[in-house]
Amino acid sequence: MSVPKLAVWKLASCDGCQLTLLDCEDELLSVAAKVEIAYFLEASSFKGRGPYDLSLIEGSVTTEEDLHRVQHIRRVSKHVVTIGACATAGGIQALRNFADVREFISVVYARPDYIATLEHSTPVSAHVAVDFELRGCPIDKRQLLEVLSAFLAGRRPVIPEESVCVECKERGNPCVMVAHGTPCLGPVTQAGCGALCPAFNRGCFGCFGPLRSANAATLAGLPGVTRTFSDFQEAR
Amino acid sequence: MTHKTIRVGGLSRVEGEGSLFIQARQGRITDVQLNIYEPPRFFEALLRGRAYTEPPDITARICGICPVAYQMSACQALESICDVTVDGPLRDLRLLLYYGEWIESHALHIYLLHAPDFLGYPSGVAMAADHRDLVERGLALKKAGNELVAAVGGRAIHPINVRVGGFYRAPSKRELTPVAERLRRARDAAVATVRWVAGFDFPDIEHDYRFLALTHPGEYAILSGDVATSDGLRFPIADWPSHVVEEHLPHSTALHARLDGVAGYLTGPLARYALNSPQLSGLTRQAAAEIGFGPICRNPYQSIIVRALETLHACDEALRLIDDYIEPDRPFVPAEPRAGIGHGASEAPRGTLYHRYRLDAEGLIAEADIVPPTAQNQARIEDDLRALAEPRLALPTAELAALCERAVRNHDPCISCSAHFLDLHIHHD
Repeated sequence: MSVPKLAVWKLASCDGCQLTLLDCEDELLSVAAKVEIAYFLEASSFKGRGPYDLSLIEGSVTTEEDLHRVQHIRRVSKHVVTIGACATAGGIQALRNFADVREFISVVYARPDYIATLEHSTPVSAHVAVDFELRGCPIDKRQLLEVLSAFLAGRRPVIPEESVCVECKERGNPCVMVAHGTPCLGPVTQAGCGALCPAFNRGCFGCFGPLRSANAATLAGLPGVTRTFSDFQEAR
Repeated sequence: MTHKTIRVGGLSRVEGEGSLFIQARQGRITDVQLNIYEPPRFFEALLRGRAYTEPPDITARICGICPVAYQMSACQALESICDVTVDGPLRDLRLLLYYGEWIESHALHIYLLHAPDFLGYPSGVAMAADHRDLVERGLALKKAGNELVAAVGGRAIHPINVRVGGFYRAPSKRELTPVAERLRRARDAAVATVRWVAGFDFPDIEHDYRFLALTHPGEYAILSGDVATSDGLRFPIADWPSHVVEEHLPHSTALHARLDGVAGYLTGPLARYALNSPQLSGLTRQAAAEIGFGPICRNPYQSIIVRALETLHACDEALRLIDDYIEPDRPFVPAEPRAGIGHGASEAPRGTLYHRYRLDAEGLIAEADIVPPTAQNQARIEDDLRALAEPRLALPTAELAALCERAVRNHDPCISCSAHFLDLHIHHD
């Protein structure tokens, strides 16, 4: 069997999710022995030509150029996996989707005419077919290694789709909502972080995105929770 | 051939996306552009209307390599508005977190991004085929930094434990002990790194840099301090807006900074070292002396030595802080918002990172301004390129392009911070 070719691409993002691959300090050299890292600008000056067996995409689509790039990436890749909240959901820069991007440009840049950008920040799946979406801001490195192993073995990645609450119970954290009334998105957020924020006495703020089966209406309807969240809104 | 154009599209081994364009006519460089095509993400605009408690988590997302720097500069600016001082054990914890970031970021740059230039490999991973023990040492060093960030901040990338006023939860002494074990090995690895990189073959190129860095009476400035320059200027952070002005050039989604009207100053490891090296830890100064490294370095290629020294200093200081650590009585100082303007700056691994916020009486952000190190260095990097390329225009284009890309990498630009990759276009018409 020929060595599979891996490509890592970046769109609008912070670099943190592709850095997660380099942060697999104990596994990086073993991964590199199993795949050919054919295109990974942050890590290598070697620019191998496609087609690629697996493309990891970090970042959201925010420019006309990146829109064409994701179409190119899809054409030259057997499998496309998005890594992180930006590529999977639009990322923090998708806050522009609720605002007027021209007004945003005028706030940040002296010469708005120099800036070319799309009105919305969109996930890769809005433009091309995606084979798997790995969530997180940033992604979790064990989950990344699972995705790489799964694609190398030709199987689906096994990534839990339960809520942060499950991880919280596993970790033995007291519930921050019940114990001290701290608003927490844990019940409606997909697991993956290991219930990190509750372990540090703060509420989850949703790095791994909404749970597929989230019962948000019930969470919002619980009297205590509604009060907590509306107090929180007022406190803001 | 009287005209020459060099282009490098997609600069590699830098963080973020950019390109390079150099144009020469009759043997003279007529244009140099470090193009930053990282798509704009509008952080300063999207912060408006949000609570003063949010910038540490939101601005961390500007950069996956130096999120702690964003958190620290943001907290400092906001705490100055709330009239809160974070000192004692809480400040020490912040230093500890920040040293972790310096170690991981510097080890990444030294071993995976920069050293391959000196040893002739396309990447750190490719270098591992012949120098596995060296790359493994670098990865272990990087891991020690990441584990320190995770121990104090909750995780290595985008730590969750930082808040205005301090932390959500202070780590216990027991949580820090295993980190200290790894840091002791990392410190030995850092000493070995200094000796290793000092032996590289460096091009004999120096530039007359105007350096800018924070300076602090009690420490090799990292978390706070006054702004100082190598030509004797010194001012408090609050005066930043009257000295540093950003301007917008057509080829960039980053804004270029000018200091007192003059573009082209340099911030980052070379600047910190030139201004503050007597404050490095004893072990670090000893290591510098051992390799015969003077108090000021103007050779940008040797920035790898300075990063190695700073890594050693960070390991050394972090170990001291862990040894002396006593859990604070409370993890944070309560910070109530009020209307006002606050400034904050700290030394990100790549240089001085400035934040300014204006809050309304409810604590909502009315204005935010962020000046990352790479935006400050962009003009100076272009000057380095001009000086490098002009006498070498006769070289084959591909060779010259590779040299230019290397010259950019000396400064470890973080283009994600500025706004994505460098693309080198050297334009010979």
